[in-house]
Amino acid sequence: MSGLITILLIVLVFIIIYQIGKASEYASVMRGEEKVKFKTNRVIAWLLVIMFLLGLYGIWACNNYFKNLMLPVAACDTGVNYDSMFFVTLVTTGIVFFATQAVLFWFAFRYQSTETRTSYYFAHSNKLELLWTTIPAIAMAILVAIGLKNWAAVTSVAPADATVVEVVGKQFNWLIRYPGKDNELGKRDFRKINDATNVLGLDWSDPHNMDDVISQSGELHVVVNKPVKLLIGSRDVIHDVGLVHFRMKIDAVPGITTTMWFKPTITTDSMKRITGNPNFVYEISCDQMCGKGHYSMRGTVIVETQAEYDKWLSDQKSYYALNMPGGAPAPAANDSLKSGAKADSVKAVSMK
Amino acid sequence: MNNGEIIIDGPVATHHGHAATEHHAHEHHEQHFIWKYIFSMDHKMICKQFLVTGIIWAMIGALMSVFFRLQLGFPDSTFPIMEKFLGDWAKGGKLTPEFYYALITMHGTILVFFVLTAGLSGTFANLLIPLQIGARDMASPFMNMLSYWFFFVASIIMLISLFVETGPASGGWTTYPPLSALKEASIGSGLGMDLWLMGMALFVVSSLLGGLNYISTILNMRTKGMTMTRMPLTVWALLFTSVLGVLSFPVLFSGVVLLIFDRNFGTSFYLSEIFIGGKALPNIGGSPILYQHLFWFLGHPEVYIIMLPGMGMASEVLSTHSRKPIFGYFAMIISLIGITLLAFLVWAHHMFVTGMSPFLGSIFVLLTLLIAVPSAVKVFNWLTTMWRGNLRFNPPMLFAIGFVSLFISGGLTGLFLGNSAIDIHLHDTYFVVAHFHIVMGVSAFFGMFAGIYHWFPKMFGRFMNNTLGYIHFFITIMGAYLIFWPMHYEGIAGMPRRYYDYSAWESFKHFQDINAFISVIATIVFFAQLLFVVNFFSSIFRGRKVTNPNPWGSTTLEWTTPINPGHGNWEGDIPEVYRWPYDYKDDGHGGDFISQTTPLRPGEESH
Repeated sequence: MSGLITILLIVLVFIIIYQIGKASEYASVMRGEEKVKFKTNRVIAWLLVIMFLLGLYGIWACNNYFKNLMLPVAACDTGVNYDSMFFVTLVTTGIVFFATQAVLFWFAFRYQSTETRTSYYFAHSNKLELLWTTIPAIAMAILVAIGLKNWAAVTSVAPADATVVEVVGKQFNWLIRYPGKDNELGKRDFRKINDATNVLGLDWSDPHNMDDVISQSGELHVVVNKPVKLLIGSRDVIHDVGLVHFRMKIDAVPGITTTMWFKPTITTDSMKRITGNPNFVYEISCDQMCGKGHYSMRGTVIVETQAEYDKWLSDQKSYYALNMPGGAPAPAANDSLKSGAKADSVKAVSMK
Repeated sequence: MNNGEIIIDGPVATHHGHAATEHHAHEHHEQHFIWKYIFSMDHKMICKQFLVTGIIWAMIGALMSVFFRLQLGFPDSTFPIMEKFLGDWAKGGKLTPEFYYALITMHGTILVFFVLTAGLSGTFANLLIPLQIGARDMASPFMNMLSYWFFFVASIIMLISLFVETGPASGGWTTYPPLSALKEASIGSGLGMDLWLMGMALFVVSSLLGGLNYISTILNMRTKGMTMTRMPLTVWALLFTSVLGVLSFPVLFSGVVLLIFDRNFGTSFYLSEIFIGGKALPNIGGSPILYQHLFWFLGHPEVYIIMLPGMGMASEVLSTHSRKPIFGYFAMIISLIGITLLAFLVWAHHMFVTGMSPFLGSIFVLLTLLIAVPSAVKVFNWLTTMWRGNLRFNPPMLFAIGFVSLFISGGLTGLFLGNSAIDIHLHDTYFVVAHFHIVMGVSAFFGMFAGIYHWFPKMFGRFMNNTLGYIHFFITIMGAYLIFWPMHYEGIAGMPRRYYDYSAWESFKHFQDINAFISVIATIVFFAQLLFVVNFFSSIFRGRKVTNPNPWGSTTLEWTTPINPGHGNWEGDIPEVYRWPYDYKDDGHGGDFISQTTPLRPGEESH
């Protein structure tokens, strides 16, 4: 019933607006079109100016609303550089935006048609064309230079001491594999995948796989102030590892391994204090349309101290141990991880 | 002197040239309804067919956006009215995620291809090319008719895909494999995807038939005196639009065909090392990235296929209603050439985060930001065109001004996305959504509206209602900014696009209020567009009649035809052209323009 009333109301509003439109047309014919034309012109010119001023107010209000919501705190060095580059581009484009929009609406108001105005015949000027070809070209050259410098830094080869972690996307969650104490990820083959006992298709003939730890909850643990390199892959369709706070993003493509690296500088706990949000968590969002569960393909990044990381890792069982109970190497791997000495050696290996 | 026969060759055109020299009314009576209105070969009728089909598609596409905006804005509410429209896809008044994705996919496909490519270029290339260059019809009216009918069949197939049981394609309008290639990956990748691919293949055929025709018409059929440098900028823009389409649509076609092979015939062009639906697929060695290269090799020029007609029409409308020549006519042509060339060299900026070589990325950054230069030249030339003019604010002029405003806003955000280092964070967020909706969505629509309001008198011999036009303009431009301006901020915060629901995300859930705000505005703007549709159709039958063949005081050739031109356009000889198309100056008799058909006065220099 309320739906019907809404529809009727909308139709009614339409009819009224339409009739006003028609009536004003007849009225203008009766009162003499020329006179009405100039009057309408004046009204519209004022409306354009009012719209421009309202627009300025809207931008100010929108900025106020979003001031603390846009660009979240950057939690790595490249992220901080990103923010400064973003700011430079914002200022450059902002100046051009306000200048050109103001000129557009000012000209519209200033040169509105009146009974007496005639236009000024001005068809071309090579000087002006040259001016506004050169200035944008120079501005672009500067933006490209800043951009490529940052691009080179972000896409550079990861430092040798970076921890290597594998992130694999599947519909609709993230699988994360840690190399274990030998600090080496073993071979895997998509033909060996089995959702019950071998989600990544680890090749058990490769001894490097025996101690690999797989997190199926999408929790990526990383150590603060230590570079981490992600090897990224996908089991089925294209996904994308998006890390808002690290200003990083790269596709997970089946059949291709992509990589990214960053050095987190703020732990999750510190971030809770900085943002004042006790529920704060770094999130991994899937940024490439991957099917019906795309919007729920969420992972998390836990940035912690080395001690916390070591403790967490030592609590994990290797994937082999979990899925091949009774397998010979598994208990050994598990035991060794639990002892403090071995955990130190993990650090020693990964630091070299 | 009968230059109609001199310029035009080919049996069809000569026939019309001949017919037109006789009394014109005959032709009308002889034509059967079917040949006049349905299988018409008159470019003006084909223009109207494209336009009306485009408007219908635009309404369907816009309604889809209202549905998915309701989900985004009010994820916890139900809207029983949606169940009436969508049936089981919105059981209990709430969209299913599958159909949400189907809606955004079809919204994109419909508006990019069926409205802003076919509906826009199809309409105005058909109307303006013959009329503005002084030709009786297209080089091949038959091919022109085929172009529409291929488009129509493509439309029907796309429409049918909305009603199949597994729903239409739902992998996004870019339909990246493997998602779009594997039925196991998504229900939309079933029959709906096959229909999508067939529809697009036919669409490409339509686009090529049209484009080749437009190019040959412009190059071969200009009337006497209509040198290339005396063509209005609309014709220049439509020429480059067609060149872009003819050179890049075949690449999309190849991409689509390979995808059909991967889906149905067991090939592995795009597939490699995939485990899905509980089993490992045999495909090895393909690359999903190949599809993205093929898609974007069309996809980026496509952006300019959408923009250029609007640029051309905005130039024409701004000049006419400023009563002033377009500033920098040659600079405008050169910048169109620059944009056209660069359009082919920047496609990979859509792929900065696919893991492509960073060095290759650097080159695409450089080429992409280069496009800003010709774009800036165009903007400054439009502004200078208005400077010291005599501006008449009728609806076409307002939409042209709105076009410039939106083109600036949307163009500037392109500088963020074209720069790979900034793009990383903004890629596939709402910043992208805001950017392309402003620049190639709303801005291109404003170019189209400017064109429709401006040339409506030529199409139908009546005016559209001005007051409704004003209301339409102000609601649409303010609504567009209210919808898309806040989206930039959401994107800067990293909010990903194509999400059904953000409530589970700590980083994005606080944007719920703003999402609701955007949805409300989007619904209002949708109704404002209905106002335009009502105005359009009622004005065809009941609009104020045009009494002056040249109601805007325009210099170009289309206004030298009768108010309701028959097939063949001019009753007598085709007029001869003596001057450039923007002679808005004192004609010596108190008028403020000189038609292209007026010979130069003694001692007067041509432009």
